[in-house]
Amino acid sequence: MRFLPLVWANLMRHQRRTLLTTLSVALALFLFASLRSVVTTLDATGEVGSESRMIVRHATGIVFQLPMSQLERLRAVPGVSGVSWACWFGGVYVEPRNFFAQFAVDPESYLDMYPEMEIPPQQREAFLRERTAALVGRRLMEKYGWRLGQDVTLRGTIYSGDWSFTIRAVYQAANPSFGEEVLLFHYNYLYERGGRWVSPGWYVLRLSDPSLAPAVAGAVDDRFRNSSDPTKTETERAFQTSFVTMWGNVRFLMNAIGTAVVFAILLVAANSMMLSARERTGEVGVLKAVGFTDLRLFGLVMLEAGAVAATGAALGLGGAKLLYGLGEFTWMGFLPGFDVTLGTIALGLALAALLALASGIVPAVGAARLQVVRALRHVE
Amino acid sequence: MKIPIAYNVRSLLRRPVSTAMTALGVALVVAVFIAMLALAGGFRAALVRTGSPENMLVLRGGADTELTSGIGRETARIISSFPHVATGPDGRALASPEVFVVVNLRRAAGPKAGVGINNVVVRGVSPQAFVVRRNVRIVEGRRFKAGAAEIIVGKAIAPRFANTAVGDTLRFASRDWLVVGHFGADGSAFESEIWGENEQFMPVFRGDFFQSVTFRLDSLAGFETAKAALESDPRIRVDAHRESDFYANQSVMLMQILRFLAVMITGIMGVGAVFGAVNTMSAAVAYRASEIGVLLTLGFRPRSVLASFLAESVVIALVGGVLGCLLALPINGIVTSTTNWEAFSEVAFAFRVSPALLAAGLLFAVVMGAVGGFFPARRAARLPVVQALR
Repeated sequence: MRFLPLVWANLMRHQRRTLLTTLSVALALFLFASLRSVVTTLDATGEVGSESRMIVRHATGIVFQLPMSQLERLRAVPGVSGVSWACWFGGVYVEPRNFFAQFAVDPESYLDMYPEMEIPPQQREAFLRERTAALVGRRLMEKYGWRLGQDVTLRGTIYSGDWSFTIRAVYQAANPSFGEEVLLFHYNYLYERGGRWVSPGWYVLRLSDPSLAPAVAGAVDDRFRNSSDPTKTETERAFQTSFVTMWGNVRFLMNAIGTAVVFAILLVAANSMMLSARERTGEVGVLKAVGFTDLRLFGLVMLEAGAVAATGAALGLGGAKLLYGLGEFTWMGFLPGFDVTLGTIALGLALAALLALASGIVPAVGAARLQVVRALRHVE
Repeated sequence: MKIPIAYNVRSLLRRPVSTAMTALGVALVVAVFIAMLALAGGFRAALVRTGSPENMLVLRGGADTELTSGIGRETARIISSFPHVATGPDGRALASPEVFVVVNLRRAAGPKAGVGINNVVVRGVSPQAFVVRRNVRIVEGRRFKAGAAEIIVGKAIAPRFANTAVGDTLRFASRDWLVVGHFGADGSAFESEIWGENEQFMPVFRGDFFQSVTFRLDSLAGFETAKAALESDPRIRVDAHRESDFYANQSVMLMQILRFLAVMITGIMGVGAVFGAVNTMSAAVAYRASEIGVLLTLGFRPRSVLASFLAESVVIALVGGVLGCLLALPINGIVTSTTNWEAFSEVAFAFRVSPALLAAGLLFAVVMGAVGGFFPARRAARLPVVQALR
């Protein structure tokens, strides 16, 4: 510990080099944290689904609708304590670039189904009362600068025409992965204007007991298996996770790039350490002559490498955490709650340690093994 | 007078490890750069090749994807009767009214078996589709027969999903379908689809209407007039697109995301690699101070010294660039898949490493080398001769 001033002096001798190396390490770890956070965020969205809710969709594919007649039969299934339904609207707000999810829902039952949505009671009443009302997530309000009572017009793509809604309520979600970038409106409004062929896109079931999930799934799917609209029922969690798989090889891609990045920077850092070591042959000789043991010199070099890695890690990981922790980056709602998890930080620190070890080991061993007599020849 | 390049090359060889490490760092950056842009390029190529500039795709007015469109029989008949539609040798209009849905299929056995939503496009076509779309060819088996519950499977997805071999029975929408052939479509998105007869699919899926009508223009230049005529006709409400543009546009969002990611990631990595080059060259300059002193004494101009060291840095980077290109080259042609969000289904495509991309990678490497080497080289040129010689 008392040799820290020596380590510091060594590092500061080539300020530019130390700075550049530290910044490289910082950049690499920042990139690593960013890439890994994409993967962890996607995984987290898969965890959001409640164990007590199930989603019933058309067996042929998610794009097919289910008939309204299934509602009563679903209510009658043992183990089901509540049923709601929703429909994907798919409208465009001003231009296609402003993408966010819009659902037509049965207001009363849907809000009961999702207590995660926190809405002030008066706003909730206002939303339930008015047919053309819209319930908007808080983040969406902030993003477009909307206010309560404002009219929002969406251009329908599936249901043609321009659709106007009045924002009567704003919801917040305690769990950031739930997502606050959705617009909800009345299913009846859609049905009135859209016509006879408007039908639920999927049903949501609430279970009286989560352990009944497999039984309920079996009962529902069996009931409709031979009808014209067979169903596939699964827990909400399974449903969410299956959406995550639509991202395909993202995990692999992110990991591969992350590895390449870390490896590239490892080379930079190691190279830098080796350059420094080579220049200091004379000094190492002097230190040894004065009485520093081989082990101590080994330790000094490793400490130097460690200092660079630690500073870089603090800058890179800390910077990523600060930047994303502000919570603004959700990428159109696809990555809600995008943040750097403790796991990612821990992994980043482990990588920094590995970096220090790998970049310092060769010069450290070299310094330890240096023959004093040979080294002293390099002294000026 | 210019300092001979041999000096630089010999200097590089004197410290092989340092040179190698810097070059390797540059190589990795270039490899990632090329790989990511190859991914984006491959996706775009698959989609761009899907449509033909001589065809028109007609959707319901207001619908922006085939999935959300609906065109009735009468409308389809009216469209086919337009004079802008080319006619075949038998006198029939070269128009294909099509059904377009996305179904959930089971994956074939393997690491991804039984996992997740696996959406595949199922397209109900008329026999004219094989004439209208020139690039579709049967590669195994035969075409489906009219009136039979038969389908052909695109060759890109056949290996990925269960029960898709020729002769198998694939079940979806509560009916059994016999797979009678596989088809290829020149690497386009059609290869990720399942095709069958439109009349067979209509009662099974969404009822008595199509999703789109695709036809061949009778003259390539007639696109604008055809579009105007179709969209202004009071009997129908449609949007007409050039087929190639329509599918190319579907790739835009993902392309932009991938390009943005590529630029951002390789930008950051590039900065790291530049730092590495700066470090290496700075150390080189410091180490060879006496040599520089000698060169300056001999009469070489400082400008030449600067050029020499800059060239050295660029050479290291170029070696790294070539190495990076070699690293990235093997991924060319590897087939991967992603979700085409516009069609809400999976599309398979191949990585595409084009010569232009390789050139861009090399240029990137040279730029990194030049930027990294500039300041150390300038310092070398400005070394006071007397001090250097000590």
